[in-house]
Amino acid sequence: MSDLEHLMRVLPMVGAEPAILDDTGIAHVVAQGHHILSRRTVPGLRVELEETPGALIGQIVVEAGVTIVQPIHLCFGLTHPTGVQQIAIDVHVQEGAQARVLSHCLFPVAQAAQHRMQAMMTLGSGASLTYTEGHYHGLHGGMQVLPHATIKIGKGARYFSDFSLLSGSVGNLDIDYLVEVEEEGLAELSAKIFAHKTDRITLKESVILRGERSRSLIKTRVVLEGDASAEITGITEAHAKGARGHVDCMEIVQGRAHASAIPIVKVFHPEAKVTHEAAIGSVDKKELETLMARGLNPEQAVELIVSGILR
Amino acid sequence: MPIPLLDIQRLTVEVDRHSILDRLDLAVQAGEIHALLGANGSGKTTLAYVLMGCEGYVPSAGRVRLDGTDLLPLKMHERARLGLTLAWQEPARFEGVTVREYLSLGKPGCDPEPALKRVGLDPDRYLTRRMDKALSGGERHRIELASVLSMKPKLAILDEPAAGIDMLSIGHIIDIIRALKEAGGSVLLITHQEDVALIADRASQLCAGRIVFSGSPREAVDHFRGQTCVRCDGEVCGYVRP
Ligand SMILES: Nc1ncnc2c1ncn2[C@@H]1O[C@H](COP(=O)(O)OP(=O)(O)OP(=O)(O)O)[C@@H](O)[C@H]1O
Ligand SMILES: [Mg+2]
Repeated sequence: MSDLEHLMRVLPMVGAEPAILDDTGIAHVVAQGHHILSRRTVPGLRVELEETPGALIGQIVVEAGVTIVQPIHLCFGLTHPTGVQQIAIDVHVQEGAQARVLSHCLFPVAQAAQHRMQAMMTLGSGASLTYTEGHYHGLHGGMQVLPHATIKIGKGARYFSDFSLLSGSVGNLDIDYLVEVEEEGLAELSAKIFAHKTDRITLKESVILRGERSRSLIKTRVVLEGDASAEITGITEAHAKGARGHVDCMEIVQGRAHASAIPIVKVFHPEAKVTHEAAIGSVDKKELETLMARGLNPEQAVELIVSGILR
Repeated sequence: MPIPLLDIQRLTVEVDRHSILDRLDLAVQAGEIHALLGANGSGKTTLAYVLMGCEGYVPSAGRVRLDGTDLLPLKMHERARLGLTLAWQEPARFEGVTVREYLSLGKPGCDPEPALKRVGLDPDRYLTRRMDKALSGGERHRIELASVLSMKPKLAILDEPAAGIDMLSIGHIIDIIRALKEAGGSVLLITHQEDVALIADRASQLCAGRIVFSGSPREAVDHFRGQTCVRCDGEVCGYVRP
């Protein structure tokens, strides 16, 4: 089986279909390690990526005023148990442009491998970007996954990100996002992670609300079982009049797993406001008992509650 | 007297070393709506939790049988599978779970629409909604009743099902309590509302951990209002003897 076939076979695990490669209306890049296996672009979208021995480097530009109708698919992965994939990519959504990116990270057989993503994203004024990243990992664990990104959101621009790692065991996951939001900009960061075995999760999301009436929401849902552990840090700083931020973090801990949540809230303007809520613990007893009173056994009840939270 | 569907004998419960139920006897017949009245803090919800088998509510003495089966040794979901269920005074909320999923619990593949219509909620508007904080308290209560109805239980314990329901919608709640009976079930109806209590076939008053009166709902309401509690002389019920 070719590397491309290998990656396409597991694509449905993150909710996408291999048929996207044949659709001329859909832009895509598929890369195994530092080799691009398939690519396509559409009008208004520039994809400039370069294969180097140490990394895949380049930029993706959505030109000013352009709306890319279909989501842009980025499939990155490793088809071998070991290896390194390093991606340094800039994403520029120029003024008034709109796009959705679906990033599929596929590591079906990885055991002692590394995936590093160093991204710089800029959204011009009035632009909109939805960035959805879905991970599929096999059951081995043992990987180092390091998605790091700096995101600059221009005046009135809107950025939505949704990270999910819901199947398989990852190993070490270290997410670090820094988001700066200008006047009337909006940032919504959502992350959903299901960690098993000895997975170690570090998630740091920092939002700096620089502009007046800028807004942000950080929503994190982490479920841990086995010996997994997580440290979640959500930082929101509000620097201008009318800036509003909210942090909503929920972690469910089962088995011998352990978790911590560190919400950091800083407000530098009297007319700004940041709120946060964090809940860490086992599955809510009342929710559990309600389901058992409908006939679900404890395992079925926990499964339903957890799947709801990670949806 | 036929053998009761629910037969509680000398049930004694302490919570955190406080005596809450004290040798309580109560019988609910098959096909009966049985209202349970009692002052705030008299132990109604505690009784509901003990019957359902909630964590931390284990009786120190007594016996409970449902349709001839000893309930107390059973786990909560085993009791539910025997046909017992409970609608909480303050129903839980579930992130991500849709109303449709919630109403199909325990009966996968069942059609949740009739039950939802029965509580006066439009299936087109509600089936795809999430069971989270965005539902109002009253909506949540109604969905709870719809989920009990679609389970077709032998005995449904409803803990203040009309709390927080607007005046015009009380009729829907009463209607669904009757529907539970029409479907062949019994209802233990915990309520503070007279108009709701009066739809029952029988009613009992709980005071200081025991049933102090059983009779027709009219008689039980009058007894409760009449401050003639033989057990506490009106003190626990909160009333002064006239
Ligand atoms: N976990 C607990 N720890 C200590 N006391 C408790 C606990 N649960 C209940 N109680 C006490 O037991 C008594 C009965 O409470 P319960 O909730 O059963 O009353 P109720 O009849 O349902 O009241 P209401 O009409 O207000 O709903 C109260 O005095 C209450 O404070
Ligand atoms: Mg109560």
